[in-house]
Amino acid sequence: MKLSLVIGGVLSAAALLAALVSLVWTPYDVGALDIAHKLQGPSAAHWLGTDHFGRDIASMLMAGARTSLAVALVAVTIGMGLGVPLGLWAAARRGSWIDEGIMRANDLIFAFPALVIAILITATFGPSATNAIIAIGIFNIPVFARVTRAGALSLWQLDYIRAAQVAGKNRARISGEHILPNIANLLIVQGTIQFSLGILAEAGLSYVGLGAQPPTPSWGRMLAESQTMVALAPHVAIMPGLAIVLTVLGLNLLGDGLRDALDPRLRGRLA
Amino acid sequence: MTVRERQRTLPVMRRYLFRRLIILLASLWVASGVIFLLVEGVPGDPASFMLGVNAAPDTLAALRAQMGLDQPFVWRYLHWLGGMLSGDFGTSFTYKTPVAGLIAARLAVSLPLAGIALFLSVALAVPMGLLAAARRGKVSDGAVMAGTQLGIAVPNFWFAMLLVLLLAVRWHWFPAGGFPGWSDPLMALRALTLPAIALALPQAAILTRVLRSALIETLGQDYIRTARAKGLSRARALTRHALRNALIPVLTILGLQFSFLLAGAIIIENVFYLPGLGRLIFQAITQRDLIVVESVVMVLVFAVIMVNFLTDLAYAAVDPRLRRRT
Repeated sequence: MKLSLVIGGVLSAAALLAALVSLVWTPYDVGALDIAHKLQGPSAAHWLGTDHFGRDIASMLMAGARTSLAVALVAVTIGMGLGVPLGLWAAARRGSWIDEGIMRANDLIFAFPALVIAILITATFGPSATNAIIAIGIFNIPVFARVTRAGALSLWQLDYIRAAQVAGKNRARISGEHILPNIANLLIVQGTIQFSLGILAEAGLSYVGLGAQPPTPSWGRMLAESQTMVALAPHVAIMPGLAIVLTVLGLNLLGDGLRDALDPRLRGRLA
Repeated sequence: MTVRERQRTLPVMRRYLFRRLIILLASLWVASGVIFLLVEGVPGDPASFMLGVNAAPDTLAALRAQMGLDQPFVWRYLHWLGGMLSGDFGTSFTYKTPVAGLIAARLAVSLPLAGIALFLSVALAVPMGLLAAARRGKVSDGAVMAGTQLGIAVPNFWFAMLLVLLLAVRWHWFPAGGFPGWSDPLMALRALTLPAIALALPQAAILTRVLRSALIETLGQDYIRTARAKGLSRARALTRHALRNALIPVLTILGLQFSFLLAGAIIIENVFYLPGLGRLIFQAITQRDLIVVESVVMVLVFAVIMVNFLTDLAYAAVDPRLRRRT
């Protein structure tokens, strides 16, 4: 139980650290081409080897972490920023046409996976990291709305919420003062999950060319570029994939660990 | 169920069906509006966007006429909607053939791919979930759960690349890409094997986890204890009684995961150069063939909405409590 929290925390922190350090320092210049040293395996000079342009893979992975984390973070923020208020509103007006309308709109967005939203946006506005963020962010809205509503609905039944109503607080105030703090745990856990899904989605979108465009470094695009050389120099394809797997695995383990640590019922069982 | 009870639940069921049908139609209608608005409703002229800056004036005029751009927006939308209802998706501007035919030809690759992947994921998840639930807390459970964590974290297109590297490039068991067509079904299946495995892995990981927790929950129920008290072995109680009930949440997740399966298929088709809907839509995007883009997206969204609708119906058929509640 605690192990998942530790492993998850370490892996997530490593990805975050790589992204932050890349802002000020990378072992090599990410844009520097060195054709003479192309497709080299891991060595003392290039820890993870070089790609088909002789670029240092470790440096590109660090810079790519920046793109992945930034896209996922902004997408989660969009999803939370819009989804949580909508979910709170729906729960506060349970059974009304507002509730029904919000939930049906959620169902509808679910029919457009992030990839399809990205396809639609790209078809008209062209591909970019910003459009990837919007596509993943839109898809996150119904997820957070649903989790928030489900968590809030059970709270509205509790006596102290009724007491607050009797005391004359309006629904918006109760939602903000009493409901939201009590579902924060739920939202943190869901946030971690959506964050890891966002990294996978960004990698997928960049891989098919709908995400980050050159020269923005991206794990997904590194994989796309390595595809034709996979037989020649497998490490070029293996390294970015490992970076994605370790980061996503870390975030998922962190989410699981946080859920166990934050859920008082589970905590009771451990003691 | 007595005749009396049946008479009481029937109108409830009918009302449920009616409500779901209305929601289904409304969803499809709104979805079509959103798609059309996003693709053709943006400021600027779709025809000049499709042809680029160097288009000859008469080509532009011809395309404008074909797309009905001189007509009001709402009329164009209704025309598009009405066309699709009668099976006419318009004519592709790059392929010069009816879009409906293009989509049908591509579905012959995409549908079997999704179907095989779905089958593989269930075939993998059921024994894994049973094993993990039966050996809860033991080493084998831990191994299965660790495997599912990994399965969820691996991007399917990267897994696909690794499969190609090992099973196609190094060992030559399967082709690395391309599709020979259905004239030789065996070769066609061989071409779809690696993509289907890559697509099935993350799905199987999710299904295994859902099935395991559902099984563990059912195993604590009284009727399982009764079955065991009546002398049923643990394995039989698990497969005969618990599995049946645990499959209900699995069915729901399968329905919800369908859209991810579809999205995954679109990406995987590009790894293996399979001529499916996914390749079609990316080619259409690069060639700015908006007519193809909006139609293929509509088909994808239609499939997702339909699968969710059918999952709801199946759920109501399997679990009578649900239809009475609604």
